[in-house]
Amino acid sequence: MIKAVMVMNTQGKSRLAKFYEYLSVEKQQELIRGVFSVLCSRAENVSNFIDAESIFGQDSRLVYKHFATLYFVFVFDSSENELAVLDLIQDVLPSVFVETLDKCFQNVCELDIVFNYSKIHTILDEMVFGGQVVETSSSEIMKAVEEISKLEAASNAISLIPKSASGWRSR
Amino acid sequence: MDAKSYAICFKPSSSALKRSNTTRNWYRVAKLEQLKTIGRELTKGSQGGFYQSKEFLDLVKSIGEARSKAEEDRIVLSEIETLKRRISEPDIPKRKMKEYIIRLVYVEMLGHDASFGYIHAVKMIHDDSLLVKRTGYLAVTLFLNEDHDLIILIVNTIQKDLKSDNYLVVCAALNAVCKLINEETIPAVLPQIVELLAHPKEAVRKKAIMALHRFYQKSPSSVSHLVSNFRKRLCDNDPGVMGATLCPLFDLITNDVNSYKDLVISFVSILKQVAERRLPKAYDYHQMPAPFIQIKLLKILALLGSSDKQASENMYTVVGDIFRKCDSSSNIGNAVLYECICCVSSIYPNPKLLESAADAISRFLKSDSHNLKYMGIDALGRLIKISPEIAEQHQLAVIDCLEDPDDTLKRKTFELLYKMTKSTNVEVIVDRMIDYMNSINDNHYKTEIASRCVELAEQFAPSNQWFIQTMNKVFEHAGDLVNIKVAHNLMRLIAEGFGEDDDTADSQLRSSAVESYLHILGEPKLPSVFLQVICWVLGEYGTADGKYSASYITGKLCDVAEAYSNDETVKAYAVTALMKIYAFEIAAGRKVDMLPECHSLMEEFLASHSTDLQQRAYELQAVIGLDAHAVESILPSDASCEDIEVDKALSFLNDYIQEAIEKGAQPYIPESERTGMLNISNFRNQDHHEASSHGLRFEAYELPKQTVQARIPPASLASTELVPVPEPMYPRESYQTTTVPSVSSDAASTELKLRLDGVQKRWGRQTHFPSTSTSNSTSLKTVNGITQVDGSNTANSRTRETYDSRKQVEISPEKQKLAASLFGGPSKTEKKSATGHKSSKPSSHMVKSHAPKSSMEVASEKTSVQQPPDLLDFGEPTVKSTAPSLDPFKDLEGLLEPTTQVSSAVNHSSTAAVTKSPDIMGLYTETTAGAHHKDSDILSGLSNPPMTNMVGGTTTMQVAQSSKGPNLKDSLEKDALVRQMGVTPSSQNPNLFKDILG
Repeated sequence: MIKAVMVMNTQGKSRLAKFYEYLSVEKQQELIRGVFSVLCSRAENVSNFIDAESIFGQDSRLVYKHFATLYFVFVFDSSENELAVLDLIQDVLPSVFVETLDKCFQNVCELDIVFNYSKIHTILDEMVFGGQVVETSSSEIMKAVEEISKLEAASNAISLIPKSASGWRSR
Repeated sequence: MDAKSYAICFKPSSSALKRSNTTRNWYRVAKLEQLKTIGRELTKGSQGGFYQSKEFLDLVKSIGEARSKAEEDRIVLSEIETLKRRISEPDIPKRKMKEYIIRLVYVEMLGHDASFGYIHAVKMIHDDSLLVKRTGYLAVTLFLNEDHDLIILIVNTIQKDLKSDNYLVVCAALNAVCKLINEETIPAVLPQIVELLAHPKEAVRKKAIMALHRFYQKSPSSVSHLVSNFRKRLCDNDPGVMGATLCPLFDLITNDVNSYKDLVISFVSILKQVAERRLPKAYDYHQMPAPFIQIKLLKILALLGSSDKQASENMYTVVGDIFRKCDSSSNIGNAVLYECICCVSSIYPNPKLLESAADAISRFLKSDSHNLKYMGIDALGRLIKISPEIAEQHQLAVIDCLEDPDDTLKRKTFELLYKMTKSTNVEVIVDRMIDYMNSINDNHYKTEIASRCVELAEQFAPSNQWFIQTMNKVFEHAGDLVNIKVAHNLMRLIAEGFGEDDDTADSQLRSSAVESYLHILGEPKLPSVFLQVICWVLGEYGTADGKYSASYITGKLCDVAEAYSNDETVKAYAVTALMKIYAFEIAAGRKVDMLPECHSLMEEFLASHSTDLQQRAYELQAVIGLDAHAVESILPSDASCEDIEVDKALSFLNDYIQEAIEKGAQPYIPESERTGMLNISNFRNQDHHEASSHGLRFEAYELPKQTVQARIPPASLASTELVPVPEPMYPRESYQTTTVPSVSSDAASTELKLRLDGVQKRWGRQTHFPSTSTSNSTSLKTVNGITQVDGSNTANSRTRETYDSRKQVEISPEKQKLAASLFGGPSKTEKKSATGHKSSKPSSHMVKSHAPKSSMEVASEKTSVQQPPDLLDFGEPTVKSTAPSLDPFKDLEGLLEPTTQVSSAVNHSSTAAVTKSPDIMGLYTETTAGAHHKDSDILSGLSNPPMTNMVGGTTTMQVAQSSKGPNLKDSLEKDALVRQMGVTPSSQNPNLFKDILG
């Protein structure tokens, strides 16, 4: 199962952290720091896999992907396939992120991830549910996320959505 | 907003731009970033920033720009103050509230306490607006854990939301269920979740399945009666739901393979359909049909086919197909290929598939991608268990990986080397490992690699000299990380030496050990464990060969005690070693002159705060004062391996007692007959197993017996076992069962459930020994064949030639040399077998061959014969001691029975259970008569409820039995093999040094 999903920047600031088993805030920070210290010591052009047993305990692997100033990190156990998870990170996730956020902003940057906190979580929840990867098709994820946004907007008595966002909805 | 904010935005680097097409979007976008203007940033903040205020924007930005952790903390703390104030204001508009909660989440993600806002998040989930509700759910799932006090306020809302008409509300609630429901609250939501399994929306069905899976992980018994639902959902119309169902099934099968053997056909046919692209196009991914589902299915098949020839045969075709169809140019295609290799190496071996797997591995290893090399090395490690000769084709690639700067790859390669170590290459491999161990700082991995070195050295050491040198290196560099048992083991080896036959070799070994230790003592800082070994060896054997004088050795020991004066254990070892040296001197009739530094050391210890040190010091004083004869019987020379016979009854005192009683002394009253001090004496007596029934009891209370169980008459037990299905398992909890549709049946099935539980547990074990018997065929080859050796050698040289001709320029002579030393030798792979002639010996030996401390204890308090196991526990004495006493024919019987041979060979203690098992097994193997549906639709193949159980069950059993072969000779061979293979590398081998011992 997937144990954690993290996004952090190259200075070690965490941009998103989702743990699928409850951990105290202190423990979470400790793990994030641990992961970062390993990540920043990795050279370019090496594999994207790290044996994470020293950080997360028995039977844990870590797959990461470095995009510009961000590290995307998945931590999981032996019931997942490293290459497949890597594909999630480097293919599914960016394309969903980019597509979802792109439609709003035409670009993605670190700040967007923070500003769209609940949205990013929605995307992740569609993809990974209770620690298991349940959806891997980016179009399916997109569909679900869009539907949620649409209904959220519709069900909301007070319209929180300014006109510009409707352009994103219609797509 | 100024230009500074770009610092934290995406900037494409040139190398990044070169990366794969798939991420092009990301970078195209990142490039645009540079064109961004301040004005655009502003509009973004206001329009797209998802309704967040400028305040939040500023916060995020200022944190992003913070130059130090302290500055960041300051910003966050002031933010917390603001939020605290704002959030408790009355009548906050919902949208403001939502933003505050998101800000709280953000603050907490940065590692600060936001608990003051939890209650507001909880309030939000009660809201009617979907947007607010979802935000609330998001926040509580991130904030709270399942045991938090606030959960009680949430459960009710979750219950209500699970019944909502809006499926998004249901999804949000299901999401929270996964994270926030604990064992006690499961019954409160379980009925609703079961209902949701039939929800019209596939997204809801999928999430309901996952919620049940989560419950299963948290408390298997709470959903054990619902397991059939997973089987049913496997035939869901929506492939996504089917794919999700594979997750819980994978877990279930991992825990209990045998109950799911009937699904093999179904899984195979699903996999076939997926591979043949019968799923909707939407599930294609990089031109691969539903690769993630394929991967899960292959994982499941690997479990089901492990050591099951019949099940494996069903899989060969489809796995072979996938091997052919896989597109090895894409990442995901390689992921599926890798999974195929794992599957092939786990199921009953098939030569053709093994060939395909070997091909795939060589493609991985030849790839430029580090990721693929990593997977290749990993896959190679799996496959060499079955066909050891395959490693030789890839020797140079393996060495390249070993020398790669990538740490992950290096470690994986060490793992592979560890798996392929044999007596011919152990020296090279262990040397490499030690070198690597010295070069890293990661203590966790250092510990692991150190213990592997030790294990390999113990298992394959070519000579004792080498062994001691290797151990010295390991101790020197990773001493404090090594298990203390390893040290005890080393002492034992030095003490036992070559065994009975060859005394000169023994003393040579000891002399060389003493020599090396005296040399090593010159090094500045040594680990405590290593010093203990050194002190012990110097004490026992320092003066044994007469090369060094007692005063020289004692001087060294005193130096150690002084230099490591804050390590009490080392000091204790040193004192005892001193005592031994002096005792040997006295016994030899020489006069003992205590060195002045030794005197001062003793004075210090006599007044030590440590009672242990004090006692040792006093004992030393006492021993020195005794005459030669007495000393010799207290501390005989080189007797650490001798049995110490303890006269528990103290019969040698009988005369003395008689005399005393005659003189009018009170006779001894046994402790149990004395009153008034029972509690104390019982407490002390517990170790001697004499505790009487009264007094305090320290063991835990038994679990309350199920009342149902008591009602079952013994006669009906047999009949319930005949009821074949694992399907309806009913809960033992008495929660509101009214809404659970499946609980509508009678009490008999409740009884049935209880029986099944026990059976399942017993059988669950087996999954821990995969592949032991799958490797039968190949290990046979290696065991009895010189011809085999020749064959592989020629093959090996041929492949090397081809490799050479292609890469001649690059391969340095050192590398070739390394390759030759790693792979070159004759492929002798025998590990020394566990069932050797010495197997009965260790238990008696262990009692006295350990550290000096206990030998002293034995001398001083003669009653404590039973030593605490941790000091001496070199292995698993229980296994060793029970093994010979068992009836070998019972084992044989176990072997003839399908699927039980592994557990019977490895786990002797369960033989009783095993003999009874085949009929139970056969009955629980529910068959869906899938064979007839092989090519028809999955749905019909699966949805067929287990009506045919009885018949199907018995037939499978027969087939399985016949396939194992009734031939007695075969089974005998298998037995021998399984015994050999059954010894996992981690268990200590009593015959470690069989070769050396001759």
